Amino acid sequence: MNQFIEWVSQPWHWYVAGPMIGLTVPALLILGNKTFGISSSLRHICAACVPAGIPFFTYDWKKETWNLLFVLGTAIGGFIAMNFIANPDTIVISEATQADLKVLGINNFSDLMPIEIFNWDTVFTGKGILFFVIGGFLVGFGTRYAGGCTSGHSIMGISALQWPSLVATIFFMLGGFFMTHVLLAPLMKLVGF
Amino acid sequence: MSNTIDKMDPIADPNCVAPNSSQTKDKGLALLKYVLIGTVFGIVFVKAEIISWFRIQEMFRLQSFHMFGVIGSAIVTGIISIQLIKRLNIKSIQGEAIIIPTKEFKKGQLIGGFIFGLGWAITGACPGPLFAQIGSGYTVVLVTLVAALAGTWVYGRFEKYFPN
Repeated sequence: MNQFIEWVSQPWHWYVAGPMIGLTVPALLILGNKTFGISSSLRHICAACVPAGIPFFTYDWKKETWNLLFVLGTAIGGFIAMNFIANPDTIVISEATQADLKVLGINNFSDLMPIEIFNWDTVFTGKGILFFVIGGFLVGFGTRYAGGCTSGHSIMGISALQWPSLVATIFFMLGGFFMTHVLLAPLMKLVGF
Repeated sequence: MSNTIDKMDPIADPNCVAPNSSQTKDKGLALLKYVLIGTVFGIVFVKAEIISWFRIQEMFRLQSFHMFGVIGSAIVTGIISIQLIKRLNIKSIQGEAIIIPTKEFKKGQLIGGFIFGLGWAITGACPGPLFAQIGSGYTVVLVTLVAALAGTWVYGRFEKYFPN
């Protein structure tokens, strides 16, 4: 048993993780005739909590409870992985990325997340506004406007050979490249890095 | 060959990207399976370090193959699975024909997609990893989640003003 725990505690290779994520598609289809997609959960939470008479949020969200349970499971999975089978070693980040990020002012590479940013002390600072508030807003707004995120479009949509999902994925990547290579440095400077 | 598979489900909401095509209602314990699939998914997210802000930076800087490998092999697995379901006419365990609603092309996939990409590179997380990050103890990501809900709400509130 200990050997098993030790074995699963190592970081998982992409050729293990990718197929497991891909199998979510047939698992949901076969077990419940459900189409894989995560950003929908954000819409269902809005519909459940603050519909405010808006047509976009006025639908039977209870029928989509499964989607909310799925993301609840995702959080539980995060808890299990971190508390019982966490990687005992430090994350290995590409040297080139570390060098690039040092230029931006990030120096701590010991955790999955840059802990200089991802802690409660930064919430009410410029850093928090950029990384949590603005970043989160763009994720929520953009995914809904695009009609899906990496799971709904990139994985589910492309798997079903739907070309609009391929187009959406290309634009996800373009947005990410533009932020990373053009906007991120000046924005980080602006918030005090 | 099943012909029903590409047919738009008349009751499914066309705006909903992850619609529920099932005609039977899951009740009680039957709903537990979605928690379990989600749990496996969350474990994979953490164990393959997909929730890591650094891995997303590596991806957008083209300095590691890891994330491309994850997404690429997930898509290949998904394509094979859906082809098998279609060709073998596999039914859901409730005995229903499996329905995959067709996605229509909209301008939002370009504009919204680009906007999501901007956010993805800042937060280091698409919506799935947000939940896994919170569960793994990065509780401050709750703020990101609330902001993402606000973004979703603002889109819904002003939907008609955005080109689509």
